[in-house]
Amino acid sequence: MYDVVIIGCGVVGAAAAYELARYDLKVAVLEAENDVATGSSKANSAILHAGYDPRPGSLMAKLNVEGNRLAFEIAHRLNVPVERCGSLVVAFNEKDKEHLQELYRRGIENGVPDLSIISGEQARELEPNLDPGVKGALLAESAGIISPWDYTLAMAEVAVKNGVELFLNTRVTSIEKDEVFHIRSSKGKEFETRYVINAAGVNSDIVAEMVGEREFSVRPVGGEYFLLDKSEGSRVSRVIFQCPNELGKGVLVSRTVHGNLIVGPDAVNSVRNDKGVTAEGLNYVRRTALRSVPSIQFRDNIRNFAGIRANTEFDEFCIGESRSAKGFLNLAGIKSPGLTAAAAIGVYARELLDGMGLELRKKDEFDDTRPVIRFKELPDEEKNRLIKEDPAYGRVICRCETVTEAEIVAALHSVIPASSINGVKRRCSAGMGRCQGGFCSPRVLRIIARELGIDETEVLEEGEGSNVLYSRLKEV
Amino acid sequence: MYDLIVVGGGPAGLAAANAAWQKGIKKILILERDRELGGILNQCIHNGFGVKTFGEALSGPEYAYRFEKMLEDTGVEVKTDTMVLDIDDDRTVEAVNPTDGFVRYPAKAVILAMGCRERTRGAISIPGTRPAGVFSAGTAQRYMNIDGFMVGKRVVILGSGDIGLIMARRLTLEGAKVLACVEIMPVSSGLRANIARCLDDFGIPLLLSHTVTEIRGDKRVSGVTVQKVDEHMQPIPGTEQLFDCDTLLLSVGLVPENELTKNADISLDPRTRGAYVYENRETEKEGVFACGNVLHVHDLVDFVSEEATFAGEAAADYILNGERPRDCYRVTTSGGVTYTVPQMIRKDSGMKLVNIYMRVNRRVRKGDIVIRAGETEIARYHKENLAPGEMINTALPSVLMQKAEGHDALEVALEETE
Repeated sequence: MYDVVIIGCGVVGAAAAYELARYDLKVAVLEAENDVATGSSKANSAILHAGYDPRPGSLMAKLNVEGNRLAFEIAHRLNVPVERCGSLVVAFNEKDKEHLQELYRRGIENGVPDLSIISGEQARELEPNLDPGVKGALLAESAGIISPWDYTLAMAEVAVKNGVELFLNTRVTSIEKDEVFHIRSSKGKEFETRYVINAAGVNSDIVAEMVGEREFSVRPVGGEYFLLDKSEGSRVSRVIFQCPNELGKGVLVSRTVHGNLIVGPDAVNSVRNDKGVTAEGLNYVRRTALRSVPSIQFRDNIRNFAGIRANTEFDEFCIGESRSAKGFLNLAGIKSPGLTAAAAIGVYARELLDGMGLELRKKDEFDDTRPVIRFKELPDEEKNRLIKEDPAYGRVICRCETVTEAEIVAALHSVIPASSINGVKRRCSAGMGRCQGGFCSPRVLRIIARELGIDETEVLEEGEGSNVLYSRLKEV
Repeated sequence: MYDLIVVGGGPAGLAAANAAWQKGIKKILILERDRELGGILNQCIHNGFGVKTFGEALSGPEYAYRFEKMLEDTGVEVKTDTMVLDIDDDRTVEAVNPTDGFVRYPAKAVILAMGCRERTRGAISIPGTRPAGVFSAGTAQRYMNIDGFMVGKRVVILGSGDIGLIMARRLTLEGAKVLACVEIMPVSSGLRANIARCLDDFGIPLLLSHTVTEIRGDKRVSGVTVQKVDEHMQPIPGTEQLFDCDTLLLSVGLVPENELTKNADISLDPRTRGAYVYENRETEKEGVFACGNVLHVHDLVDFVSEEATFAGEAAADYILNGERPRDCYRVTTSGGVTYTVPQMIRKDSGMKLVNIYMRVNRRVRKGDIVIRAGETEIARYHKENLAPGEMINTALPSVLMQKAEGHDALEVALEETE
């Protein structure tokens, strides 16, 4: 019998697990896919929003501002790449400038620190590549950028290290409730638990309806992105947002913590699992981004992707105990700024469970650390010390990102081990660079097969069924 | 201290090191990332390499072996499994490998011979989902020819570059069905011989002025949509064809691998995406040379070896005799010549012949490559069957350059004669 079962290990599920791991509880996390952070948590803008956007007084506003503060704290503690680079919302005309005033007012009310309105000239002094047509900007110094999948992974890993049980490839198929909850999963395994946290992202309404009446519906909104080579990474230093206008909400241009440039997203009504990009969507993103930063070289694009926002009919996160199933806590409809808010949502979930009668007693010991070795960031002597210890640190497998064999092996034997090419990529960046795995994926594939003791043809690119290779030669 | 460090042990690096040794340079080090020398030749198991260099058609590994054999009789030092991480201003090369660790090697001269990489799906932003089964053609070639695996059984190839054409044949011979080779341009960028031998001989359709407009599939590719394009390369609505395939190979161009070059503050020619070089393939940074596909993408390895040979000889000359005066002619282009290498020719190069490599932007049955200084014609070369996919090589005798005295630029132009 579990005290709490968390359904979904995106950033919200991971944050809830990370928070509950501090308490003397038996906790399980059920994840449908073969890795954590495979849904919206891996495909988003990777921004830590300052918090001037949500409506004052809303839960979103409170959790955004608090989540921003916590995200930096946690990321620094757990070795997650993060940077407080600040953001600018740029205005092209008088109407936009009024919008900046509105955002400024909201930000002050929401308690956003270090917020100011600056002129177009001042904005261009900070960001020389901004369009000359920029007439003013809202500067939010508390905004930042983060590696969203590493943030999710870090919180999940620390939770697991402290006793939380993570079940991958475990899709919830039904939930029954009597005295307790009985959760059935695709693997046939049944979980009994006193409390449930629903953090199932774009599928959170489906999961909620397994046990209660419909209180919200997810209306997925897709967003398409460009990820450009590091040669474009210095085009801007801060996150550059636009004001919404009759053509849409505008798109952002930002550096990523890995040094690339991210451009996007658009907003199109979508279906839950549609992660495809379209020519129209990409054209819109390209055209719109060039309004803010006209010098972006899109020929240096290395990847396009789409993410799904778990929007609902409400202009608010759907957080709270199910009205029809006591003990069932929805952390649902977590759309933007969900990544920023996640850590605060995790803490808030614990407070809500407390109110729902869950007995909480802090553990005597909690290991809140996550050592990570990133070879290329180390000083020379340290590099040599590691190579002496393990010569695999001297073998660079991914040349674009300078990732060594030892780091890939570590990713395959970490607290939550990678089980696919993309899982390795999320853990140590191998294959994330400009050649997109062209050179290193055959080598990474062999290392995966060797370390996991499986045949090369069984190695997956991402989820179950995404085998990279078809067969050995002459077996067709 | 090494006299010469060669970064990369593929065809360019091997030929350059060998040439420098023959010119009397004795302390030479080749740093190669892979476990073996030979670079991409090792996975090119088809034949056709070396017709110009050796007068016979060799496979890629055989061609590489000829050069490795030449090196065996020299004292050139080789470190494989060694990654170069940086090249400092004073030509100190930072490298790492499992046995020596992280080491800095100072050198009198450095030759960049890192080759090129393939353009990816991202570079051309193909719409659709992101399933497994999308490979760049060279990656698929490595999986098949080095590792011994089949990448799929029903395949569409986007782009008719040479690697794509070679892979169409290779996949077919291994039992896969290649449904089509799709090319967005009205002409193929591949060598004509490869179109005949790799597509026509196997009945594989070449769809010119077509492109892939959507990749489908959730876990693995389940199909691709192909559309005809108009003269602006925009897909024409109503021309969609769905191919039921499990694999898409991309052969959509090569990009010189110049990250080390950029980090060393050597500026790149946006046309070639390689360094600007003098006639001896010396970059603007003294004592740093570049050759082969890192300098500009070649279509024949024989030209890589040729270019690497003058780079190696030039590096030897630099080590023994010092830097030549940099007073030079800038090379400009017109009439459909898209680039030249070199981009600068020293007025006093010390070379008898200056090899100028170039490409043109269209097919021309008969035409002249004309080199002028102002109004003065310096040289004229009659050429036949010019095409964008086929590099043109001219050897300009240095004596002719006396005619250019008083000028700062040499113009290289294409004139159609038929």
